[in-house]
Amino acid sequence: MADEPLVLGIETSCDETGVGVVRGTTLLADAVASSVDEHARFGGVVPEVASRAHLEAMVPTIDRALKEAGVSARDLDGIAVTAGPGLAGALLVGVSAAKAYAYALGKPLYGVNHLASHICVDQLEHGPLPEPTMALLVSGGHSSLLLSADITSDVRPMGATIDDAAGEAFDKIARVLNLGFPGGPVIDRYAREGDPTAIAFPRGLTGPRDPVYDFSFSGLKTAVARWIEAKRAAGEEVPVRDVAASFQEAVVDVLTRKAVRACKDQGVDHLMIGGGVAANSRLRALAQERCEAAGIRLRVPRPKLCTDNGAMVAALGAEMVARDRAASDWDLSADSSLPVTDPHVPGRGHTHDHVHEVSKENLYS
Amino acid sequence: MLLLALDTATPAVTVALHDGTDVIASSSQVDARRHGELLLPAVDRVLAEAGLRLDAVTGVVAGIGPGPYTGLRVGLMTADTFGLALGVPVHGVCTLDGLAYAADLEGPFVVATDARRKEVYWARYADSRTRLTDPAVDRPADIAQQVAGVPAVGAGALLYPDTFPRAHEPEHVSAAALACLAAEKLAAGEELPAPRPLYLRRPDAQVPKNYKVVTPK
Ligand SMILES: [Zn+2]
Repeated sequence: MADEPLVLGIETSCDETGVGVVRGTTLLADAVASSVDEHARFGGVVPEVASRAHLEAMVPTIDRALKEAGVSARDLDGIAVTAGPGLAGALLVGVSAAKAYAYALGKPLYGVNHLASHICVDQLEHGPLPEPTMALLVSGGHSSLLLSADITSDVRPMGATIDDAAGEAFDKIARVLNLGFPGGPVIDRYAREGDPTAIAFPRGLTGPRDPVYDFSFSGLKTAVARWIEAKRAAGEEVPVRDVAASFQEAVVDVLTRKAVRACKDQGVDHLMIGGGVAANSRLRALAQERCEAAGIRLRVPRPKLCTDNGAMVAALGAEMVARDRAASDWDLSADSSLPVTDPHVPGRGHTHDHVHEVSKENLYS
Repeated sequence: MLLLALDTATPAVTVALHDGTDVIASSSQVDARRHGELLLPAVDRVLAEAGLRLDAVTGVVAGIGPGPYTGLRVGLMTADTFGLALGVPVHGVCTLDGLAYAADLEGPFVVATDARRKEVYWARYADSRTRLTDPAVDRPADIAQQVAGVPAVGAGALLYPDTFPRAHEPEHVSAAALACLAAEKLAAGEELPAPRPLYLRRPDAQVPKNYKVVTPK
């Protein structure tokens, strides 16, 4: 529909420079430039390398997204940008670009939450989000269970990892197995040929007195590394496929068990899974199985929308416009620890979008 | 001609408008930790002061450093994106050259800014418009001989009086000086560098110790 808000979204919270364009809940463009190859030799994302890459990639990626979408910047109804959480220096590059772009075009600016964006992106795949929706976000940077009653104003944290993110555990185990970085896809591949019951790795925080919705992957990571080291010390060959499958099973077992439990406890009949680890084939399969058994509708966007991208930011920005949420101010800052309870960073109340702060004269009349 | 100049390579967040003849409005705030928050409102303020809108700008001038990276990128990203949105050229000017221009000295001197980690970004000048050396980053004690006997300007010089005994103002760069220098060079038909950052250091990165390869690839 032509009257739905046309929004461009910019994402730079980690190592992907993402620029997306959406109209309402329709995806028009999803341009991503990744610096992942530059980080591979370090075995993890190096913040300064990421920030440098964002600066170089931004303008070409905006250009590419607009061309892909076949729209003119003049027609945009708003510019959205990840204000946090994420790497401070990386976020700041995106926020600087978004502010300059919005200001130069005379469009409202929406600083939005990265986690809420991961949830909202599913609208581009499966249509409007049911309210409420339970969301399991799992990636190299986050592992959270969130209850979204209104994605623009009411997102409640149910649980989160108390140590490593799920994706981080994949990266670390891949490193121990010499499988390279990032670890998620390669472990998934090896695991398909392995036996998930071969080794009984521990399920973190699943004891009767443990927090019901929180996660812990640090103990699992250590247990797997120790198991591998013991094999090596004994001069035995490490069964990479079985280790990968058993490790992966331990992660996705806990994730899906807790997510389904949260849905049941809260009386929520929709679960969405987002974040890079949502691309994991075993996580998708086990979640599907357990959701079906519990009468819960599972929504998982396609892998490209699960990893960090600009379309998810645009999707949440479009929702902000559609629901008439306040735009952000020109002094919007990047907030590396923006709480998940802030789906966006509204301005302090004065109308600034198209008006000089000093002269109050309309910039684009 | 209407140039919008900005620089975030030093603790100053500085913006100026230049109409080809003179600086018609400018703003400088010193706050090394808030470049990201202060820059856009400063641009807005400077335009309002001049009674102009951003789309009247015919070119953007950005200080390319060297300077602490996080702040430096705020200015360059802003300039880049203005260029894209307005369809106007974006020119780079070395931040040290801006300081040298503002120093307004006849004879040889040195410009040094604070590079943190007990180092300075610096270059030698024959006069306010002529740089003799490429910008470099060094510990003050290591360059004492190369900067001896001449005056020095910039916060890096003021910070290390042992190495720079004849240090004086200006402490930070001003976009007004940057704009004047750029306008002069453009009028003379000179080509200005691309607006790409002068980092001068490789990114800090620790390569984790790898496990010995015993498993099949
Ligand atoms: Zn993410």
